[in-house]
Amino acid sequence: MTATPRWRRRLRPYLLAAPAVLLCVGILYPFFVGVAYTVYNFSDANREPSFVGLNNFADILGSDALWHSARVTVSFAVAATAAETVLGVGVALLLHRSSLLGRLLERLLIVPLMVAPIIAAIMWKLILLPEVGWVRPILSAVGVHGYRGTDGAGAAFFWSVVVDAWLYTPFVAILALAGLRSLPNSPFEAAAVDGANWWLTFRRLTLPMLWPYVLVAVIFRFMDCLKVFDIIYGLTAGGPGDATTTLQISAYLEAITYARYSRGMTFMLILWVVVYAISFVLVRYLGRVQNRAAGISAGPSAGAQAGAPAGAAAGAEAG
Amino acid sequence: MTEPTEPTGPMRWGRRDVLRLAGAGVGAGVLGSAGLTGCGFGSPASNGGKDSAAKKVSGGFDWKKHKGTTLRLLMNKHPYTDALKAHRADFQDKTGIKLVIDEFPESNYFDKVTLELKSRQGNYDAFMLGAYMVWQYGPPGYLEDLGPWMNNSSATHAEFAPDDFFPNLIKAGQWNFVNGAPLGGKQQWMLPWGFETNTVCYRSDVFSKLGLKPAESFDDLTELARTLKAKAPGAGFDGMYGIAVRGSREWATIHPGFMTMYSREGLKDFRVDGKKLVPTMNTPEAVDFTGKWAKMVRDAGPSGWTSYTWYQASSDLGAGKAAMLFDADTASYFQNTDTAAAGKLAWHPGPKGKDGSLATNMWIWSLAMNSSSKKKPAAWWFLQWATSNEHLLWAATKQQHIDAVRQSVADDAAYKKRLRAVPGFLDTFQAVIDQTKIQFTPQRNFFDATTSWAAALQEIYGGADAKATLDKLAKDLEPRVNG
Repeated sequence: MTATPRWRRRLRPYLLAAPAVLLCVGILYPFFVGVAYTVYNFSDANREPSFVGLNNFADILGSDALWHSARVTVSFAVAATAAETVLGVGVALLLHRSSLLGRLLERLLIVPLMVAPIIAAIMWKLILLPEVGWVRPILSAVGVHGYRGTDGAGAAFFWSVVVDAWLYTPFVAILALAGLRSLPNSPFEAAAVDGANWWLTFRRLTLPMLWPYVLVAVIFRFMDCLKVFDIIYGLTAGGPGDATTTLQISAYLEAITYARYSRGMTFMLILWVVVYAISFVLVRYLGRVQNRAAGISAGPSAGAQAGAPAGAAAGAEAG
Repeated sequence: MTEPTEPTGPMRWGRRDVLRLAGAGVGAGVLGSAGLTGCGFGSPASNGGKDSAAKKVSGGFDWKKHKGTTLRLLMNKHPYTDALKAHRADFQDKTGIKLVIDEFPESNYFDKVTLELKSRQGNYDAFMLGAYMVWQYGPPGYLEDLGPWMNNSSATHAEFAPDDFFPNLIKAGQWNFVNGAPLGGKQQWMLPWGFETNTVCYRSDVFSKLGLKPAESFDDLTELARTLKAKAPGAGFDGMYGIAVRGSREWATIHPGFMTMYSREGLKDFRVDGKKLVPTMNTPEAVDFTGKWAKMVRDAGPSGWTSYTWYQASSDLGAGKAAMLFDADTASYFQNTDTAAAGKLAWHPGPKGKDGSLATNMWIWSLAMNSSSKKKPAAWWFLQWATSNEHLLWAATKQQHIDAVRQSVADDAAYKKRLRAVPGFLDTFQAVIDQTKIQFTPQRNFFDATTSWAAALQEIYGGADAKATLDKLAKDLEPRVNG
């Protein structure tokens, strides 16, 4: 057997590291290009961009538009995530019974997940149109008159949440259902022997044991909702007025419609910081919850030890 | 497993050194202006046609010169495009150039155009645009200056006749890119293809039955719209409302009926103060007008108004849901065929302003050449054919390509005969045409200003205070349009 040549031995570590370096460069280059745009004043109206330092940040952070967009974004994320969590866990509990209907509904559950968000938004837009949609006749039939679709600020926000919930409740339900099915039977049998009713069992046993799974879904959905664009843009385009203008829509308008690339990137960078900070807090909280579920008082995130979906937790961390 | 021993000595590179170097390279590449330019920014604009590809065209003009070329066109879904498709075979036979047409609805058409031009890839050779788009696409050099092509007899057929275009239409494609500067100049950024004045179209049968007449003032119009909404359903026109106008949160909501009536009331979007633009959407008169407009829509307009584009507004007229439409004359004209309202529509110039003004805003669908096109000569062959008397007369008499941008087409007996068959259409057109022009102040941030204006209008419609909303709009816009 011949010895490996020396040059190959020396080169090997670099070759092994090369894919990771390329990956880092591939990810970091566009990111830093974006960051670089924020300190210039690029736009189609200004062909000779100059360095403006942090002016874009000062300008945007000092504008009402940013804070309004941030409020809308966070409100939407909280409302949609809460709705999806409650509905998703509810649906999972209903499906956690072995029956033919349950199995059929389980198959149907994933149908909305197969619909592209922009298609869902347009589909719902048609459903909600007062003149031709289905909602007005239904509301009229139950005695509710004066329906005006997404004309009002409150209505536009409400329906945006509804569409998001319609689309993503199944995602939460599937994760919660997987969690339910992995819970041990013995505590529930003991509770039944002790005569605990359904509500007590749910509050004291099911929910605490299920919470790490639900929390993974909550983190994913909350972060997705912070980055929402297609559903709201397709449904209301950010209107009426700026009632549903999220940070993403502000960035889109700045960068694409108004062709002010630096301002658009500044919006996006601010959104990235917000999402990163919130994700960091949520993922740390998830770690603590998983530790608690595993009976570990301190130490690093122990998703794997806790029997919670470690992969998902890692994914959330990466996200 | 043991790691191989790291070699030591001078000029030995470790993995960390490599990573550090790579990081420094990335940082330098990104932060250097060359890196940014490479991403498509800061590219030079047109240099006034000095090195135009038109200069390379010589010899006699020959329609077949670019036989075998395939052109890709980016088009709005529109009757003008339908007419082009119907006539495409003639162009292909005449030139041997194949046309591939991609169509998109107006609500996202211009985003598609912006992204295409921004890429500078030249995937599309020519495209539809409006006069206002020149204000955004011109400064970064996305548009080919058509002047050198028009002025080169080797590149342009003898019958092209640029003077045949109505002067204010051809002038709308000329601008020097200075905010607030009037339209005009030597550079031609687009060629007019079809245009729209903005007038009121109404259901003559409904008006007759209710004993109503078209409104002559804005206050009368608001009252008339409310009367129609109150009385039309009881007169056998089930579910009919008073007036359809656009309401979606986009620039296109402002330019038709709203800007026309706004201009007739003597109002302006901006005041030019030296080199600075001062928003004037919040003057007391503008606040009063905007409040009344929003109230008119709230009281007598459609439900779901905030999602209304020209498609919805005009199709409501055709479907018999709207008693009036204050929008492009062509939008209502297209509804006079194969709809529930066909044959029952009539036209009126719309309310006059306080001093009798019929100032009317204009929209010009035009054709432009992508400056990144790799087939500019063939693209010009298409542009001159598509805007020629030959195609436009055929499209205006055999299809729905109106209003005519060429005097020769507008004067054609067959065209006039066709329009005279529609009650009041031609008379209305002639009543407003002399005062029809682009009423907006030319400026580079047109889309921001008008989209924000539409959002403000939606807020006022939703019950927000008109003065506070428009004051905020003006305050927010001033630095943005002057930035």
